[in-house]
Amino acid sequence: MTTLNNWVTVCSDADLVANSGVCALVEDQQIALFKIKSANYEQVFAVSNWDPIGKANVLYRGLLGSVADCTVIVSPLYKQRYSLETGVCLDDQEVKLKVYPVRIEQNQVQLQLVE
Amino acid sequence: MSSLINANDAQKMRVVVVGNGMVGHYFVDELIKANKADDTQIDVTVLSAEPRLAYDRVHLSEYFSGKTADELALTTPEYYELSNIKFKLNAKVININKLAKTVTTESGDVFEYEKLVLSTGSYPFVPPIPGNDQPHCLVYRTIEDLENISASSAVSKVGVVVGGGLLGLEAANALKEAGLQTHVVEFAPQLMAVQVDAGGGRLLRSKIENLGVQVHTQKATQVIEKGDVCRYKMVFVDGTDLETDMILFSAGIRPSDALAREFDIEIGPRGGIVVNDQCLTSDADIYAIGECALWNNFIFGLVAPGYTMARAAASHIIGGDLTFQGADMSTKLKLMGVEVGSIGDAHAKTEGALCYTYENQPEEVYKKIVVDAEQKKLLGSVLIGDTSDYDTLLQYALNDIDLPANPESLILPSTGDTPAGLGPDALPDTATICSCHNVSKGDIIESVDQGACDVSSVKSCTKAGTGCGGCAALLKSVVDCELEKRGVEVKKDICEHFAYSRQELFHLIKVGGIKTFDELLDKHGTGLGCEICKPAAGSIFASVWNDFILEQDKGHVALQDTNDTYLGNMQKDGTYSVVPRIPGGEITPDKLIAIGQVAKEYNLYTKITGGTRIDLFGARVDQLPGIWTKLVAAGLETGHAYAKALRTVKSCVGSTWCRFGVQDSVGKAVDLENRYKGLRAPHKIKFGVSGCTRECAEAQGKDIGVIAVENGWNLYVCGNGGMKPRHADLFATDLDSETLVKYIDRVLMFYVKTADRLQRTSVWMENLEGGLDYLKQVVIEDSLGICDELEAQMQHIEDTYQCEWKTTIESEQSLKRFRQFVNSDDKDMNIVFVEEREQIRPATEQEKLELSDEQVEKLATELV
Ligand code: SRM
Ligand SMILES: Cc1cc2nc3c(=O)[nH]c(=O)nc-3n(C[C@H](O)[C@H](O)[C@H](O)COP(=O)(O)OP(=O)(O)OC[C@H]3O[C@@H](n4cnc5c(N)ncnc54)[C@H](O)[C@@H]3O)c2cc1C
Ligand code: SF4
Ligand code: FES
Repeated sequence: MTTLNNWVTVCSDADLVANSGVCALVEDQQIALFKIKSANYEQVFAVSNWDPIGKANVLYRGLLGSVADCTVIVSPLYKQRYSLETGVCLDDQEVKLKVYPVRIEQNQVQLQLVE
Repeated sequence: MSSLINANDAQKMRVVVVGNGMVGHYFVDELIKANKADDTQIDVTVLSAEPRLAYDRVHLSEYFSGKTADELALTTPEYYELSNIKFKLNAKVININKLAKTVTTESGDVFEYEKLVLSTGSYPFVPPIPGNDQPHCLVYRTIEDLENISASSAVSKVGVVVGGGLLGLEAANALKEAGLQTHVVEFAPQLMAVQVDAGGGRLLRSKIENLGVQVHTQKATQVIEKGDVCRYKMVFVDGTDLETDMILFSAGIRPSDALAREFDIEIGPRGGIVVNDQCLTSDADIYAIGECALWNNFIFGLVAPGYTMARAAASHIIGGDLTFQGADMSTKLKLMGVEVGSIGDAHAKTEGALCYTYENQPEEVYKKIVVDAEQKKLLGSVLIGDTSDYDTLLQYALNDIDLPANPESLILPSTGDTPAGLGPDALPDTATICSCHNVSKGDIIESVDQGACDVSSVKSCTKAGTGCGGCAALLKSVVDCELEKRGVEVKKDICEHFAYSRQELFHLIKVGGIKTFDELLDKHGTGLGCEICKPAAGSIFASVWNDFILEQDKGHVALQDTNDTYLGNMQKDGTYSVVPRIPGGEITPDKLIAIGQVAKEYNLYTKITGGTRIDLFGARVDQLPGIWTKLVAAGLETGHAYAKALRTVKSCVGSTWCRFGVQDSVGKAVDLENRYKGLRAPHKIKFGVSGCTRECAEAQGKDIGVIAVENGWNLYVCGNGGMKPRHADLFATDLDSETLVKYIDRVLMFYVKTADRLQRTSVWMENLEGGLDYLKQVVIEDSLGICDELEAQMQHIEDTYQCEWKTTIESEQSLKRFRQFVNSDDKDMNIVFVEEREQIRPATEQEKLELSDEQVEKLATELV
């Protein structure tokens, strides 16, 4: 996997919805963005929006949750759980989402496109 | 012509099993287990006279309520093949050569054996009455018999069952269900003479007659002649007669012992193949098991003893030491809805036996216990109309437990201070809990010690409870009691994030005044939550506080499943369906046109649903607000098709138009739908309202069913269509409109508060301790003193109702969520439709591949 070193700005922090997802279109790639937020903690994740099992662009509409220490997104179609850190599907190790490095800089959401 | 079919495999012991009924199959299963367990390799051949492998004869009557032959099957050809069991169907054995050790079938095939097992069961006895061999004179034993009965019922109006025993009454029920005018003709002075005493028989008779079956006792049939009104006329010895179109003989069974009789194997004076404790016959290599076997001059006409015989025979063949020691013939069953129980010496035949009898004529309950002369031990019992004491009494009888000082307390209605049933703790370890699979309390304790920590794992280790199911309640109480003794809490946790059941979470939220998921997690949970606890909490917040479910400030939006978040059901391609509410199925032409116009403008696939409303499919997430703006403007509201909430109230047209209607069912349906719309619940809720008992709205298949009667409304509760249909229970009759609503308020709120997540009312009822009677006490008699509160909560829900779509399209912030992309107005290129029957449908993967990129782009943008 080659990583481009330049960060692309996709939207503003205000476009994100706490503890839920939105989707951004970046160079024809659909990317699901999630923000986990509680009183003293905040983290952003970016993974591909394509549900490889349900075969539709819907992952940003899934539910966020945790399985033991792993933060997951649950597919809204058939309920498979994917790790937001590694993209690996907890219910079928063969299946994996693309994971994009993502950060918030001066209220802008930026990510790096991976091939 | 003859050929040796199983001549090879000479090194293995060859066992040939004649007959593949319930017991024969159980025996084969025992050998399969033995073959798997060690290397005693046994070569098994099964010869069955029937055209199919073993099926569940005990539940044969369910064939009439829709079970298929496949569903009744106890095994499959594949399973036998996989387990290396050879079998031949339609293979009736007609010859045994004890010297050559071979058997021959009707078609001439010859099989060699080292051990032969006869499990030929029994056949129905048809009394030798002239005229008993006519086409509509039938019996009740095999699937083919039932097919014949069905065929005959279809062309008959009146049916007679000859024989008022256990099987006869079951057969009578089947005829009654088939819509026949049904009679039972019994030779003895009472029904079920084997199991029930005269007092019980009297009550049983009156109960069964009340169900519309006519009972004729002390009638011996002399001849069956051609009838005047019906097909046949039965003439009785006393000179009376009875006309009928069909006759079903159920006058007892006779052991199928023809082979033994003919080939010189000892049989009893009144039939039955004589066996010893190993189930060996008079020939050292031939066994007999099940209903064809006679042990200690007794034939056991039930499956459980047959299974014990099968275990004994199998054990002897593989060198074990299990024996058959007789069996308990106690039975508990429900005949036409009448509960009947019979234990041990029901007729008090033991010398010195004494009886206690309790009879309650108004409630049609009869209970008797038979005790020994010292009043120390229970010998037998008869229970009619209420068998709730059966488990306890059976344990006293089977385990020789000392009776309490006043034995009558065991059957008298509880007055508060009398001892309740025998707790599981009081049973000795040897007590049989499941008689079908011969599982004792000790076996259950052992499986708990080995790590089984709930009823289902105990079931899979011991097989307890997987036969007739009659022991389920006792099994659960023993398991729970053992677990508690070991300090194991019986776990009902909703998921890994909360160590509480849904009901407990409900209380925590309500009592603690908790209004957000963060607060709930902080106070009572761990981790981030998941797809189970988040929607459950969301649903409870909605039931308790009835806030707007997409409230972003309280974080509710993050709790909802995608369907609730986007207020529509997600389809396979990521688009949504749109279902406006059409209360009671009543709609004005203008609203119909408005729906049509929206569907046309957005090119949505349009379908009438099974819930009497209209579903528009294929809306992209970004189109939903536009669509709903137009629908709301036309006066339509959300139909909550996406929510665990009230769905539809199906109605029939009722007295306004229909010549049979007795009340305005549409009006009632519209009122009810408007009252309960928006109520969030553990699962979806459906209603039906019919204008008369013809029931065109199918109300008895709904969670709440209302049927109009002359004096008001009859209320039915907890019905279900879907995966496991359940007929609703009649809850109350002749209600005025005010009481009707009051009862529905209470039932629904009680359900919302106490059901598990995703539990429909039907399953909730099945699991509700005390069942329908308990619910009636809570709702009608207010036994818990909570009815005011339940009603107040429902009123709050009604007062705070809002159409979620109306609220959504009015809120800038909410609307932002209905975008495919935060940073672009492009559409999702993967959503592609093709046309079929003049409407759109999602393109298949193959079709998408066949369309060029350019075409896809064009199709996708055309639909904007
Ligand atoms: C649209 C419709 C089929 C149709 O084209 O007619 C339908 C469609 C779906 N049904 Fe249904 N059911 C529809 C009438 C029924 C009926 C008939 C009725 O209501 O009289 C039943 C049986 C009656 C009952 O519920 O007791 C029915 C029993 C189910 C079940 C099984 C529930 C059960 O308790 O066994 C499910 C699964 C579930 O809810 O877990 C289900 C689930 C579904 C889902 C939600 C499956 C899904 O997750 O995608 C479908 C959503 C389609 C959509 O986008 O709207 N649907 N479904 C019907 C909508 C009725 C309406 O106007 O709201
Ligand atoms: C409607 C009904 C309801 C019942 N309800 C209950 C109940 O609630 N509880 C209970 O405990 N019991 C009940 N019973 C009784 C129970 O079904 C029997 O005890 C049980 O089926 C006996 O099993 P079996 O294998 O001995 O005989 P069967 O099941 O009768 O099997 C014998 C098989 O051997 C075959 N056979 C006979 N002769 C030959 C031959 N020469 N060659 C090859 N095959 C042959 C027969 O065709 C048959 O398939 C009920 C029975 C019926 C009919
Ligand atoms: S029956 Fe199955 S396929 Fe048909 S609508 Fe209902 S859930 Fe969908
Ligand atoms: S007694 Fe029949 S399953 Fe247990």
